[in-house]
Amino acid sequence: MTPSVMVIRSGTRRGLIELRQAFAGFELINQLLWPVATLVAVFFLRDREFRDTGFELGTLVMPSVLGMFIALGMILVIQYLTVEREDGTLLRAKTLPHGIRGYFIGKLVTTSGCILVYLMILLVPGAFIVDGLRLGTAGSWLTLAWVLALGLVATQSIGSVLGALISNPRGAGVMSVPVMALIGISGIFYPITSLPDWLQAIAQVFPIYWLGLGMRSALLPDDMAAVELHHSWRHLETFGVLGAWAAIGLVLAPIVLRRMARRESGSRVAEYREKALQRVG
Amino acid sequence: MKLSDEIALEVDGLRMRYGTNDVLKDVTFRAHRGEVLALLGPNGAGKTTTIEILEGFRGRSGGRVEVLGADPPHGDESWRARIGIVLQSWRDHGKWRVRELLAHLGSYYAAYSTDKITRPWDTADLIEHVGLTDQGDKQVRMLSGGQRRRLDVAIGVVGRPEMLFLDEPTAGFDPEARRAFHDLILGLAASGETTIMLTTHDLAEAEKLADRIMILNEGRIVADGTPGELAEQFVGEDEVRWTLDGQRYVRSTRASTRFVHELFKTHGDAINDLVVRPSSLEDTYLSLVRKAESTHDPAIGAGVKEPAR
Repeated sequence: MTPSVMVIRSGTRRGLIELRQAFAGFELINQLLWPVATLVAVFFLRDREFRDTGFELGTLVMPSVLGMFIALGMILVIQYLTVEREDGTLLRAKTLPHGIRGYFIGKLVTTSGCILVYLMILLVPGAFIVDGLRLGTAGSWLTLAWVLALGLVATQSIGSVLGALISNPRGAGVMSVPVMALIGISGIFYPITSLPDWLQAIAQVFPIYWLGLGMRSALLPDDMAAVELHHSWRHLETFGVLGAWAAIGLVLAPIVLRRMARRESGSRVAEYREKALQRVG
Repeated sequence: MKLSDEIALEVDGLRMRYGTNDVLKDVTFRAHRGEVLALLGPNGAGKTTTIEILEGFRGRSGGRVEVLGADPPHGDESWRARIGIVLQSWRDHGKWRVRELLAHLGSYYAAYSTDKITRPWDTADLIEHVGLTDQGDKQVRMLSGGQRRRLDVAIGVVGRPEMLFLDEPTAGFDPEARRAFHDLILGLAASGETTIMLTTHDLAEAEKLADRIMILNEGRIVADGTPGELAEQFVGEDEVRWTLDGQRYVRSTRASTRFVHELFKTHGDAINDLVVRPSSLEDTYLSLVRKAESTHDPAIGAGVKEPAR
């Protein structure tokens, strides 16, 4: 077995083991909290009509939240990186041959796996809660697949860059504030057309809006494009923006991560621990 | 023990400077294959800095370093596979089960077996070797401090390293855990295949485990040799105390036996309360530590962070 085959196998295995851990015991309650809360929100929105358009708000929101959960992969990666740098997991990986590569392959598998599980938790009951989702055609699954794939790469690679630059888990907590704000203006829970133009412009720079739009385009009937900006699903633009983020992330992430990994050593982890103890004490 | 001619570790004129602050000044030593080397010194002497440079986790300001034939910062992945590292105890992989973690970390070494060395170490065998058989299915965070440390050693040797680094491996141990750990290291050393370098500030530990002790103080190796050689080369004079006609005397001398012989020849039965206290390596080391601690400038320690325990 060559080292590169070996590291892909070990990394994937690592990802699957940590995926299992992420949904075991107490963690399960933690993991279910947000998807279930989101489903409850969708449930109460299911019969509300959006501005006399004849479209139900719940039907609009259901695919949008799928997009939002894909974007949350970014937060997951930031949390993993800051916590595991502090507790020495990353340093441990560094002591192994090809360990850092194995570590990141593992993280990609775990995070993507978590997101797939979230999407299933949302979509399976969601299909029964709201009417009018288009689940039966190959076209919708194809669109869902490419938006999902591009979204996972874009948000996780950007998340890795941010995770490497943020110095501690508290910083990761701070990061979720702008992300929440961004979700607020990205047309997830209410169509973006109700927002002022300048907020619409900001939202369209970031991936969350486009992930929501992409998911709506996959799962909603075509005539519902009428309530979107420019009355179109804008697949080309979706591909362009998500692709650009993915490209930026894929170029930057290895550079930043390598720099971060190079700095790790036993005394640095000791330093993290002392700082962490000071925060607690 | 007969030493191999093969050099596993060579350090020549190693220097490390943080800002204007020289943490290591001209550190020079070498280790033969299979040798157990203890780097001994008070806190802040530069032990951790030295070992991190050898592990390839820290750059250096000057000097030549070769570990298993490679310059550590440029060691490739196959070099990395021949190195084992036992870090000071961390909290990583808490949710993993012991057996699962060892099998996983071992899998990275599978591509690096040679004709002589089969990598990785078989998981069940290794778990038994470090005495964790009953804990194999436990989560790592549920282990006691001593068990966790044995797991750390197991992880350090899972790839059957040719060179093993241990940084302060017994800091915070109770005496029983310490003894168990010493037996583990001596067992590894007995094979003669693994070169071991450990840092400690405990002289007794260094004497028990190491073929050779180096004392690092203020960024320099101030003593280097077998425990016996050090006692000879480094140690001061014995102390002889006696009373004669109600008067107490103290005298320091290198040749205490001869001195006492002369004393009796001269005074015969008149000598009372004779005590000969041989100078020990410990005395010398402790005085060194005391000196280092009393002159310890906080700024000097800044680059050599070792966790307070």
